[in-house]
Amino acid sequence: MTLQKEKTPVKNQNPEIRTKNFDEVCLGYNKSEALKEASRCLQCKNPTCISGCPVEVPIPAFIKAIIDDDLDQAAHIIKEKNNLPAICGRVCPQEEQCEKMCIMGKKYKPVAIGRLERFVGDHALKKAKENKIQEKITAVSDTRPTNIKKEKVAVVGSGPAGLTAAADLAKAGYRVTLFEALHSVGGVLRYGIPEFRLPKNILDQEVSEIKKLGVEIRLNIVIGKTMALEDLSAEGYKAVFIGTGAGLPILMDLPGKNLNGIYSANEFLTRVNLMKAYKFPEYKTPVKIGKKVAVIGGGNVAMDSARTALRLGAEEVSIIYRRSKEELPARNEEIEHTEEEGIIFRLLNSPLAFHGENGKVKWIECMKMKLKGTDSSGRPKPIPVKGSNWSLEVDSVIIAIGQTPNPLLKDDSPQLKTESYGGIHVDENLATSIPGVYAGGDIVTGAATVIKAMGAGKKAARSIIKYLEDNKLA
Amino acid sequence: MYKIIEKEILAPGIKRIRVEAPLIARKTHPGNFIILRIGELDERIPLTVADYERDKGTITLIFQEIGYTTKKLGTLEVGDSIQDLVGPLGKHLDIRGYKKVICLGGGSGTALLYPKVKAFHENGAEVLTITGARNKELVILEKELRTVSDKLFITTDDGSYGYHGFVTDILQDLLKEHSDIDLVVAIGPVPMMKAVSNITPNDIKTIVSLNALMVDGTGMCGGCRVTVGGETKFTCIDGPAFDGHQVDFDEIMNRQSYYHEEEDHVCRLDKEVNK
Repeated sequence: MTLQKEKTPVKNQNPEIRTKNFDEVCLGYNKSEALKEASRCLQCKNPTCISGCPVEVPIPAFIKAIIDDDLDQAAHIIKEKNNLPAICGRVCPQEEQCEKMCIMGKKYKPVAIGRLERFVGDHALKKAKENKIQEKITAVSDTRPTNIKKEKVAVVGSGPAGLTAAADLAKAGYRVTLFEALHSVGGVLRYGIPEFRLPKNILDQEVSEIKKLGVEIRLNIVIGKTMALEDLSAEGYKAVFIGTGAGLPILMDLPGKNLNGIYSANEFLTRVNLMKAYKFPEYKTPVKIGKKVAVIGGGNVAMDSARTALRLGAEEVSIIYRRSKEELPARNEEIEHTEEEGIIFRLLNSPLAFHGENGKVKWIECMKMKLKGTDSSGRPKPIPVKGSNWSLEVDSVIIAIGQTPNPLLKDDSPQLKTESYGGIHVDENLATSIPGVYAGGDIVTGAATVIKAMGAGKKAARSIIKYLEDNKLA
Repeated sequence: MYKIIEKEILAPGIKRIRVEAPLIARKTHPGNFIILRIGELDERIPLTVADYERDKGTITLIFQEIGYTTKKLGTLEVGDSIQDLVGPLGKHLDIRGYKKVICLGGGSGTALLYPKVKAFHENGAEVLTITGARNKELVILEKELRTVSDKLFITTDDGSYGYHGFVTDILQDLLKEHSDIDLVVAIGPVPMMKAVSNITPNDIKTIVSLNALMVDGTGMCGGCRVTVGGETKFTCIDGPAFDGHQVDFDEIMNRQSYYHEEEDHVCRLDKEVNK
């Protein structure tokens, strides 16, 4: 057999069709494609890919199970480490993680680990659905752990960090309650990532898998408002994990910043994803973007915003980013998809001011940039090119330049030590300054990725288990 | 689900409901608001908590039926439930340390003013309350306000009840008569709060309560941003009460108007459906 140097291609919805719907863009591997791609894995004796995975999925082992045509086993191997494989397979920046470390990738293209994970994740969800039907017939018991312990643990925030921590703690036998501020579970997976990249039925199914472990979910409760941290201990929770995310948008301090038509990406995406404004007027939350849309920023959220605007009917969507294509922080696949969909990349440009008419944004004044040296983040530093001002006519602007940790909980809990950027201070075990209270994900680091948050949720769960074990006799 | 256990029509288009929400009742203070979503398809809207009974585990909401959601809320009856209700949100008002306070309420803003008047009164302050409405029919909470105010002034735009004129007319008189006012609180339509803030001298602390468009109410979306003292603030987490002398009211009026067409659209559609 000759060695296949490239990744097995994956089918996507045709760009011309998909920009008119919100259905998932990437259709995923079928069985023969998955098998073909799995066979590219070298099954290294000393694999390096695992070290690139924040939750340490035993990658060669699950790929081996695909080759052996034992998908149940493949799913079992992944789920030992990763509670949300169908989600991670879709949204992880694999090229920065496992696939970056893939030995095959040193010479050729790395194994498409992400696509394979999604394939297995989807198999697991399909299987769970079938079992559910089966259970109804035969009354088979659920997957609730048998090693029930008496301690209650509270998990605050139901995003990727919280879901992971909750699942791991429940698997260890603890009685877990997951508190969510919004009316729906999932955090950024729900309000941030669009349907066409992460279908909400996938999220719902992954969440129901976590519920099956015995996790109780309480919606519409803002810890720090509806209940304080002290209330949780009064209610008998012996430990708390805080995974409240980076839910505070960074806006641009430029003239005209509060004109109508200027959205934070958070607001724009929340209206569309959580509130389903793309189905207005059936769903009653409106979103209004007009024909010409500019998105400021170059990360996944910027790509998501631009592509969402296109699907809402915008005729011209631009991405304005102050560095070059090389530095775009978005996943490669998202950048490719965004380009395919006809979104205009106005790279090496930065807005200077927003100008309006009758209180509504009308045009953006921009300036060209060039890169010189490096900045404090280690990335090439954008410098304005003098006299290069130009203007772009717009009906709306979406600001996607990042988020900072949400301040609600820390404002309510002065004893919770925080960092200068607003994140909660933790030690190497993710313990906060309050005994028994742990934190992880974007609320600690500032905006990062789904998988890093999951890695933190996992680590915090381990620390909480140890804490509860150590304090058992005390 | 949050069950409605009492409902009352206060005036044409202004309704009061009492809702079971024990966790929220336990933590609410005057000035806090909640966000509700009536059902799966509906918008999330903020409403200030008009009153709360900790022992009974209920909160009271008073709302004017102005848009699709408030009109739909008005159709719910005792025994019906609201699907989602979250709170208490926002910073509550610190009522301590004031001796003589003027409280102004305009339109349905009077409903939101009531818990503050009550709180100042219970805290020992002398409270002069001014409430304004378009006409006699729309005057609300007169009895309730009278019991917690040292003086109550009622104004109507058409002179059909009380003083014929605006709340600001009375405010100007009171400021002349009383040199020892240490706080003015105004809640109502933005133009009214702007007028009040223009009248009160800079050395009299003037607090207004803003009603911005919101989605999550927890600082996540930034849709409720306002300019206060030249800085961007989020009404949901920094407010809803702000120093009236510092607020950019014109910006708020502009931002509040952004979805008027869409609002009209769903209201029209709804009428057609219900024909």
